[in-house]
Amino acid sequence: MKNKFVKLLSLPYVFWSIGFIIIPLLMVFYYGLTDKSGRLTLSNVLNIALPVHFKSLIIALLLSFVSTVICLLLSYPLAMILANVKSKSKGLMILIFVLPMWMNFLLRTLAWQTLLENEGVINTVLQFLHLPVLKIINTPYAIIFGMIYNFLPFMVLPIYNVLCKIDNNLLNAARDLGANEIQTFFKVTLPLSVPGIISGITMVFVPALTTFVISDLLGGSKILLIGNVIEQEFTLNSNWHLGSGLSIVLMIFIIISMITTAIFDKDGEGSAL
Amino acid sequence: MKKLFLFGLLATLCMVPMFGCSNAYENGKVYVYNWGEYIDPEVIESFEKEYKIKVVYDEYETNEVMYPKVAAGAVNYDVVCPSDYMIKKMIDNDMLAELDWNNIPNAKNIGQQYFDTSKEFDAENKYSVPYCWGTVGILYNKTMVDEPITKWEQLWDPKYKNQILMQNSVRDAFMVALKLNGYSMNTTNLDELQIAKNSLLEQKPLVQAYVVDQVRDKMIGNEAAIGVIYSGEAIYTQRENSNLVYVIPEEGTNVWIDSWVVLKNAQNKENAEKFINYMCEPEIALKNFDFITYSTPNDAARALIEDEDIRNSEIAFPDLTQYNNLETYIYLGEDGDELYNSLWKEVKSE
Repeated sequence: MKNKFVKLLSLPYVFWSIGFIIIPLLMVFYYGLTDKSGRLTLSNVLNIALPVHFKSLIIALLLSFVSTVICLLLSYPLAMILANVKSKSKGLMILIFVLPMWMNFLLRTLAWQTLLENEGVINTVLQFLHLPVLKIINTPYAIIFGMIYNFLPFMVLPIYNVLCKIDNNLLNAARDLGANEIQTFFKVTLPLSVPGIISGITMVFVPALTTFVISDLLGGSKILLIGNVIEQEFTLNSNWHLGSGLSIVLMIFIIISMITTAIFDKDGEGSAL
Repeated sequence: MKKLFLFGLLATLCMVPMFGCSNAYENGKVYVYNWGEYIDPEVIESFEKEYKIKVVYDEYETNEVMYPKVAAGAVNYDVVCPSDYMIKKMIDNDMLAELDWNNIPNAKNIGQQYFDTSKEFDAENKYSVPYCWGTVGILYNKTMVDEPITKWEQLWDPKYKNQILMQNSVRDAFMVALKLNGYSMNTTNLDELQIAKNSLLEQKPLVQAYVVDQVRDKMIGNEAAIGVIYSGEAIYTQRENSNLVYVIPEEGTNVWIDSWVVLKNAQNKENAEKFINYMCEPEIALKNFDFITYSTPNDAARALIEDEDIRNSEIAFPDLTQYNNLETYIYLGEDGDELYNSLWKEVKSE
């Protein structure tokens, strides 16, 4: 009886995953592996080797790699600080980091466009203070900046989560046994936080790799990422077959990073947001 | 089971508006798909009130974005406002419905010359009613350039590095490069297109950004010195920033018409024609002109413009007979489209 009820409760999720995950995925594979006349072909997928597409894939991999590394370097100390704060303001501090995520991602990126422009808010202030102006809008640096800004919380929260769960007795034991702060960090804290780091990396790297909005808005459409190429195949060139074929290639990279996560984060600790 | 679920969901969604406002819009709906910021919102409201027809209004940024959405039929739009070459493409693909001119008596307000020009893409004037027209030209900030800009060639001048805004739409970008090299903007000759592509590649390091609607705001905000822009934006931008000057380049440029069309699979054809007819009323066309500042082909509306400077403005209503190298875009066929798109992708990805 209870079993039946539980099954009934899961029905919406079954519909959800069939309608919004499985069917779209099947459609991507259908379009990706056929040509306009409906014949089976691998040419859409192999088209990734064309210089136009390959270059955009390499740039996307490069930019998302750089932003993931910077995100990690910024997030780890931050997560440690957050995890060690004992006062009542802890909740507030976390809220401050999560708050921007409640605003629409597009709006925030659009706002950065206005802020970073040559005659934008930031440069006006810098000019007023007689400081050198920032010339990063419409360059790859602006894209990296946008990626870091947008995806930083996705790195902070999983690391914060695992750090909170580390038993203080372990740290005390390490100190009792003569380890200094640095040794404790490298021998105890860091290894224990690997699941959080890995899931943080996936949660930053995957959306950064596939983004097309950030490069459009902050890169002035001068830099094509693989996400832009796919978007344009669907919207401008109405070539769904090529767009899907390239998406399949992109999926391979996503699956690789998901498998890495699964290997390192067996208990799903880091992903508990 | 799944179908049933979806049906239930749809039924619920349909009930909401039925309960809400079944009295206010007794004459049904009309689905309109138009360019971004291409109508005075008050006009939609007054149409809804007058005809008791609910207007469901969506916007697009380029013809190329609009076409696949309409072709896929995801939303059953009734009225769309594509440009010349796109109308031809839609006619060729049997997507448009013939208009019943008896239902659009206000079409008489549209100048005959615009219907004549329309024949280039709508041979018998069966499908389209001109809504706006204009040219593509250069908008520049006279305080930021050394000499007046008069030619496309100056968009390749290295001293304006990072001061140039190009159009991020394939036909407009290639039009500039083709005209620069003295070719037709409708060429499908591979050699000519390769030369144009190389020109665009050569220009790319000088370009600040490839944008569509944002040219306007960036030029007003002194963000760039030179921008490729539609003539309709010129009056508005000059109103906001008096340093801006619009020119039709010497090498020639594109002259375009955006026209209302009704889709073949329109569910509300009668309402669609009512909507188009309403848009052709002189007072309404004038209201739209004041708001969007794109040249109106509606002669009756133009006569109503109070400001003489604007009524006789060279920008809004240029005398096209004094230019001999203006062209309209022609639909290039699927192969032509593909060729342009792939070359454009090469430019963008470099």
